[in-house]
Amino acid sequence: MATVFIPAQLRELSGGVQSVEIEARNVREIVDQLDEMFPGFKDRICTDGNISPSLQVSIDSIMTSRGMIAKVKPQSEVHFIPAIGGG
Amino acid sequence: MTSTQYRVIGSRPVRHDGADKVTGKAIYTADTKLPGMLAGFVLRSPHAHAKIVSIDTSEAETTPGVHAVVTGKDFPNVENKMADLGEGSVNLAYLSSNCMAQQKVLYRGHAVAAVAATDVHIAEAAAKKIKVEYEVLDSVTWVLDAMKEDAPLLHADLVTDSMGDKAENPSNIPVHLHFEKGDAGKAFEEADVIVEREFKTATVHQGYIEPHAVVADYNEDGRLKIWTATQGSFTARQQTAEVLQIPLGNVLVTPCEIGGGFGGKITVYLEPTAAILSKKSGRPVRITMTRADVFEASGPTPGSFMRVKIGAKNDGTMIAGEAWLAYDAGAYPGGMIGPGCMCVFSCYDIEHAVVDGYDVCLNKPKTSAYRAPGATQVAFATEQLVDELAAKLGMCELEIRQKNAVKEGSRRVDGPVYPPIGLEECLQAVQNSDHWNTPLEGPNRGRGIAAGFWFGCGLKSSAACTVNSDGTINLLEGSTDIGGSRTSIAMQLAEVLGLEADDINPMVGDTDTAGYTDVTGGSRVTFATGMAAYEAGRDLQQQMKTLAADLWDCSADEITVGEDGSFTGGDKTVGFKELATELFQAGEHLVGRATVSPECPTNGFGAQIADIEVDPETGKVTVLRYTTIQDAGKAIHPSYVEGQLQGGTVQGIGWALNEEYFYKADDTMANASFLDYRMPTMLDVPMIDTIIVETGNPDHPYGVRGVGETPIVPPPAALANAIFNATNTRMTELPMSPPKLWKAMQSNQTSE
Repeated sequence: MATVFIPAQLRELSGGVQSVEIEARNVREIVDQLDEMFPGFKDRICTDGNISPSLQVSIDSIMTSRGMIAKVKPQSEVHFIPAIGGG
Repeated sequence: MTSTQYRVIGSRPVRHDGADKVTGKAIYTADTKLPGMLAGFVLRSPHAHAKIVSIDTSEAETTPGVHAVVTGKDFPNVENKMADLGEGSVNLAYLSSNCMAQQKVLYRGHAVAAVAATDVHIAEAAAKKIKVEYEVLDSVTWVLDAMKEDAPLLHADLVTDSMGDKAENPSNIPVHLHFEKGDAGKAFEEADVIVEREFKTATVHQGYIEPHAVVADYNEDGRLKIWTATQGSFTARQQTAEVLQIPLGNVLVTPCEIGGGFGGKITVYLEPTAAILSKKSGRPVRITMTRADVFEASGPTPGSFMRVKIGAKNDGTMIAGEAWLAYDAGAYPGGMIGPGCMCVFSCYDIEHAVVDGYDVCLNKPKTSAYRAPGATQVAFATEQLVDELAAKLGMCELEIRQKNAVKEGSRRVDGPVYPPIGLEECLQAVQNSDHWNTPLEGPNRGRGIAAGFWFGCGLKSSAACTVNSDGTINLLEGSTDIGGSRTSIAMQLAEVLGLEADDINPMVGDTDTAGYTDVTGGSRVTFATGMAAYEAGRDLQQQMKTLAADLWDCSADEITVGEDGSFTGGDKTVGFKELATELFQAGEHLVGRATVSPECPTNGFGAQIADIEVDPETGKVTVLRYTTIQDAGKAIHPSYVEGQLQGGTVQGIGWALNEEYFYKADDTMANASFLDYRMPTMLDVPMIDTIIVETGNPDHPYGVRGVGETPIVPPPAALANAIFNATNTRMTELPMSPPKLWKAMQSNQTSE
């Protein structure tokens, strides 16, 4: 199962829970399950059904640009973090 | 450390564009001339914040020599939606109104109209005939003032977004970020030593030598051709098409040679305006910013206010961190607060930390990226506190950094863990360096060190290589060459094919010819476009194996490619050139190609040592000796890596000691020229010594990490630590210019 870290700003939805184990093949399944566990989660991180442009998903420390369709492995570690640019 | 022996990689060939650059033959945007071309001039707001009541262009339009006038009314209404620009995203409505103001001007220099005429003097004179009636509004340029409830509001509809949770009332704070790792409150209670300070940094500019410039030619058939100084032709194409609301495929962007960018030439400022002027006049139009325009109307880096706190045990282990950061966004949302938050503790393995960050709109130009955007500010704070911790604990400042340095498996405050990284190796290089081991003697002198980090990204890059009949290669890629990247990319192709760098003719293509390539930014080009060139070389080799099998009457599987690029089949071994020539004569024409999209950060760490002397009479700081150390993974062309290390360091020294936007009482900039905005020159800095550490990046075929950004991160902190060691005065505000340092020294003496 993948370990999904709940962003600190969304822990009000998770009752303070910092991470959960989720069985999923991709980010979409993770987001859907998180929304079931913590209603409102999806609205907070998604825009028009995709990960909000101001966010990016880190899977095993890789900043994927594939958003909801990014693949997740059984032992993956998943974070939702701010998008960054460089100079 | 990497130990593979390469033929080309690690050598120092002369850059392919060197002769053109040093003889003045290289074509920059301002050199571009088209038949019938007009000159454009942009009229800009004299006010920091004002409502546009009316604009009367009639007198300008009838001025002899004037062919077109545009205002905000000529710009299409753009949706309030976010567009992905490859590296980051942008709100298109904000982007459009930053190019040309609509109802309000939000900073001095904000464009309000533009004129195209037969020469720039006519255009300027006509622009001054445009009557703009303003209703001047209260303005704000200090980040903490802009956060107040009663601050002048820049955007009536802007509310704070706390990761999807929108505030009810409008404010100047578009974004609040919050990160937590462990239990910082409890950890501080358990700390034996705590240090905490507040810090301020001024707005500074990238200071690229070439001002923004563009040529636009809008054909009658709807095809728009743009020549521009950009760090990314594809993102310039997308931004221009989105702002003008025209199909992407109708826009061709040709990236000209570029005189520096450092993150400031990713956003479009002039392109849509030049395009509309061209469309209205039916002629090509060139616009070039003045230096004052560049300072006042492009994208400087954020000023900031920071409060940072670190707690440690008596053995020097840092156990708790806390940071509260407020960064200028400028006139529109979308500053550098995210990476600021993510970098504030990025060099240290602190188990418990909490970080709050605020992006703040105020009446300054919209901020833009500047080498490791957001990281230099926080390093200025954290790295000084690390020195203070060491002093309180009686530890050496290098020892406490080595004890707490992040390594593979350390968890960042934003969550992800580091893969193999090289901070420990950089700090070891400090310890082993001649600089560190040479005592600094004399009065008013001090030595300081600091560490720094930048993520480095991959993104998308493409490359295509056409084989000539003699086995040389024409390499087409799409990365604007700012620091010698043509050559560092060509060297990677040469290495894989068994050729010399001179056998490759690299060319930066336009958006019609090159495959999609993201910006030259994020320390990514040598890493990602180099990877694309490598893969294009592999693609060529695979094709050549298949074709050679026919020539040699064997199967492709029986042909192998050696590390020197030679092909062996049966008892026959030939080099790349020999086989390429043989295939050409047999009627085969070869083009290798690749597109890559690596998503792994390259994690660039560095450390720096600064020796300074302070004049106690004036507060002037003289940099006596400076060493910049960085993990490059593998240096493809060491001279270019050294150049990046030296260039970034010197920019960081300028940021530390002199550079700043001075604002007058009416919130307009007082020093918008290089005479008054004090960047360092060669007379202000010593030779910057460099030490390249090579830990090898497992995510790149040759081990490359990005190097362009990290070198600007440590200098203000290293110099502040050196100043403290020279004067016993802790500087918490940038720049540490002579008057500020002198005053702080006087105050320090008084308090003592």
